[in-house]
Amino acid sequence: MTVAPKREDYDVVVIGAGPAGLAAAATSAEAGLTTLLLDENIGPGGQVFRAISSTPVTERSQLGADYWVGADLVQSLRASNAEVIHRATVWSLDRNLDIAVSIGGASAFVKAKRVILATGALERPFPIPGWTLPGVMTAGAAQTMLKSSALVPGGRTVIAGQGPLLWLLAAQILRLGGRIDRILDTTERGNYFAALPHAFAFLTSPYFTKGLAMMREVKAKVQVVSGVTELTAIGDGQLTSVSYAAGGKRETIPADLLLLHQGVVPNVNLAMSADVEHRWDDLQLCWSPVLDASGNSSVAGIAIAGDGAGIGGANAAVVRGRIAARAAVEALAPAVAAKLPAMATLRADLAKAERGRVFLDTLFRPSPQFRIPSGDTIVCRCEEVTAKDVLDSVAIGATGPNQLKAYRRAGMGPCQGRLCGLTVTELMAQARGKTPQEIGYYRLRAPVKPITLAELAAVPKSEADIKAVVRG
Amino acid sequence: MFRRSEQDKRPQVQIFVDGVAVAARQGDTVSAVLLASGQDVRRSTAVSGAPRLPYCMMGVCFDCLVTIDGVGNRQGCLVPVAEGMQVEIQKGKREIGR
Amino acid sequence: MSREYDVAVVGGGLLGSAIAWGLGRLGKSVAVLDEGDITKRASRANFALVWVQSKGLGMPAYTVWTVQASQAWGRLASELKQQTGLDVALQQNGGFHLTLGEDEFGQRTELVKRMHNQTGAADYKMEMLPASEVKKSLPLIGSEVSGGSYCPLDGHVNSLRTFRAFHTGFREFGIDYFPEQPVSAISKSGGEFRLTTPKGELRAAKIVLAAGNANQTLAPMVGLHAPMGPTRGQIVVTERTMPFLPHPLTTIRQTDEGTVMIGDSKEDELDDRALKHSISAVMTDRAQRMFPHLARLNVVRSWAGIRVMPHDGFPIYDQSETHPGAFVACCHSGVTLASNHAFEIARMVAQGALEPELVGAFSASRFGGAGTANNSGY
Repeated sequence: MTVAPKREDYDVVVIGAGPAGLAAAATSAEAGLTTLLLDENIGPGGQVFRAISSTPVTERSQLGADYWVGADLVQSLRASNAEVIHRATVWSLDRNLDIAVSIGGASAFVKAKRVILATGALERPFPIPGWTLPGVMTAGAAQTMLKSSALVPGGRTVIAGQGPLLWLLAAQILRLGGRIDRILDTTERGNYFAALPHAFAFLTSPYFTKGLAMMREVKAKVQVVSGVTELTAIGDGQLTSVSYAAGGKRETIPADLLLLHQGVVPNVNLAMSADVEHRWDDLQLCWSPVLDASGNSSVAGIAIAGDGAGIGGANAAVVRGRIAARAAVEALAPAVAAKLPAMATLRADLAKAERGRVFLDTLFRPSPQFRIPSGDTIVCRCEEVTAKDVLDSVAIGATGPNQLKAYRRAGMGPCQGRLCGLTVTELMAQARGKTPQEIGYYRLRAPVKPITLAELAAVPKSEADIKAVVRG
Repeated sequence: MFRRSEQDKRPQVQIFVDGVAVAARQGDTVSAVLLASGQDVRRSTAVSGAPRLPYCMMGVCFDCLVTIDGVGNRQGCLVPVAEGMQVEIQKGKREIGR
Repeated sequence: MSREYDVAVVGGGLLGSAIAWGLGRLGKSVAVLDEGDITKRASRANFALVWVQSKGLGMPAYTVWTVQASQAWGRLASELKQQTGLDVALQQNGGFHLTLGEDEFGQRTELVKRMHNQTGAADYKMEMLPASEVKKSLPLIGSEVSGGSYCPLDGHVNSLRTFRAFHTGFREFGIDYFPEQPVSAISKSGGEFRLTTPKGELRAAKIVLAAGNANQTLAPMVGLHAPMGPTRGQIVVTERTMPFLPHPLTTIRQTDEGTVMIGDSKEDELDDRALKHSISAVMTDRAQRMFPHLARLNVVRSWAGIRVMPHDGFPIYDQSETHPGAFVACCHSGVTLASNHAFEIARMVAQGALEPELVGAFSASRFGGAGTANNSGY
């Protein structure tokens, strides 16, 4: 029961149905613009509000009030005239705002007057020794299973890393009766001092009290080791133990499941493949698109909202979605824009939602040893390229990720660099004594997600196209 | 590795993993069912044959690749289960024509 | 940076790297000046065939040169293996060009006939085979395949690994590789060349211009001429699959890693960032008609590359009359001809002069004033 888009042309196409996309699509459609929302998942919500309309977790308090905010967003969207298609994978977006989307094994092509990318974030790679072992997953993966299937860790479980999501996940697992044997907090001790100047904004932000309560709740039930400076997943074909060092002491504990998390970073693949300019963000340690105050990117007609625009969290994502949609309405239907909340109001909302973010970014800035691996630790999971392989490539002349690809195939597998790109950039920057900005990133091109060959072959073709290929 | 919370009241669905019946719930993804199945569902990679299980569960890592109803290399974390679905664990490179 | 080298090679792609490696192999002190990470580098975009059939229509010397390269490739692969431990996966068990439908079969038959009439001494055994014969070698072909041409000298290689092997070999030979140092000016004084780069001047007794399409602007600085007519080509690549294709085709090959590469268009476009999906569609549609099993494979990447293409499609190897010691080399088939570049061109550069009997036909003097149409048969 897959449905292709009803039209070929839309005023606004929103890509991604997380907080930003839900808000953007609803705003745009309410203003009367023809709006299409394309989303890869089974239902709306993105990652933060994952399974918001279908979760089997019925005890509302277990997932927390912040989660259920998503239900209101979905309701607004459904009340609007936005056309919504799930299990729709956008595999191409170009400068002409032509979009190719795979739905149920067939591609559809739509053209937009404005595109709002709300492709969100993914978890920062956590390339420790053994991170490819079965039994090692991201914390977000466990949270996805918890929200969408009420599945919780049942075996010996260790959670390692840092950041707000880690504590939220731990609390949710415990509330649902799951097992956590130990939490290994990798927050660098020096970060507490670095973050101090930004503490006031944080103390007066909603993060503060919620975060503190959640940490208390978890610490009452689970042994938490702080100041973890080394971490290794151990096992022969399957995780069997986790080894770590903290405060100069080393310990190895048996484990069936290791959940890793050190923050989230923008999911840049689609935007980069459309040639949107990105810059290295030294605070958040990731690539962020260059945007104006309305979320407009360097490519005319493409705006970016939500964590894909730079990590800001769910509340900021919602507001950014509304800002980007309002900008689209201003451009396409100025008369209607007056009925929407004023841009100044939205920007004030955004400032409020972003309050405390610098504190979090500074406090939870991941340590170099967890971002920049060495030796035999795998960097590129798809092509199984190690840190040593990357350094060997630098030694024979690779100046950046694209030459590395040629030498070693890093980033050439199906994930297209999503799980290795940041590591590669930072590792090469360190090896060459350059900034990540100078090193750059993989050049990304469509298809940004795999599609079947038959599906590509079915794209409409002209006589000229055939002439460009068929020759004696 | 994972177990179900008792509050899950969704209808049961049965799928087959390498021919063995596995209980699932409507709305589960293939990968979630595999991880909750208690079976050895490790695939092996196309590069070195190293064993892997799903890593990200959100469609970005491609470590959940699996053969579903005869079609290889599908992202199990993005595909919802359906009654009678046949899932096969992949070992190494995908076979052509599958 | 003001060291003096025997030879400075401008361009670190496959062509420049092969020549530089060959010079290093002969004990010369060599510097390679290259661009940075983002560059229009055909060596990263190519299709990796070591290909003979249909090459050289309109220039018999090119056929001879190609056959020689094909025959020398085994030696190159084994020397690279010995030196670097890298297996470049050279496979030379013959290659096919498949045709779909009777019209294409007829056209290809004509081409083979014309090649035979021309090549004479360098007959490389290209022949037309009906579908039933093709099927014996390629059992998975589809029903639309009408047949194809076959040449036993054809093959393919892992071109990215070859690229890496050359660069790895540089270190062994003491060759200095300087990335991020494009050359903006060249002059000659006091019997040596001075090359201006963003990081200073580099001096060398001889220079080889191997900068791809950029040779067009570099060559006139030293009294040389390299008229180019670049085109764009697109390639699509699938996920890894079990081996199914025992021979390479002109437009489909399975790499030693298991991925299937599908090429390749020829477009009058020079933007390698943009892709035309409709062109990829023609390529993949033809591929699945040739091998129906391909239909279900996932396409994981596609890209466009800009061909290094001399104006008439044939290589240019030349030496400067006004600036003795300056050489220019450019060609489209940097993979196929890598062995000749590593062994023959390097040897002649080291000696100080190109041998007319071997490469005289490839002098840019053939262009006279205006270039002629591309008829390389590529």
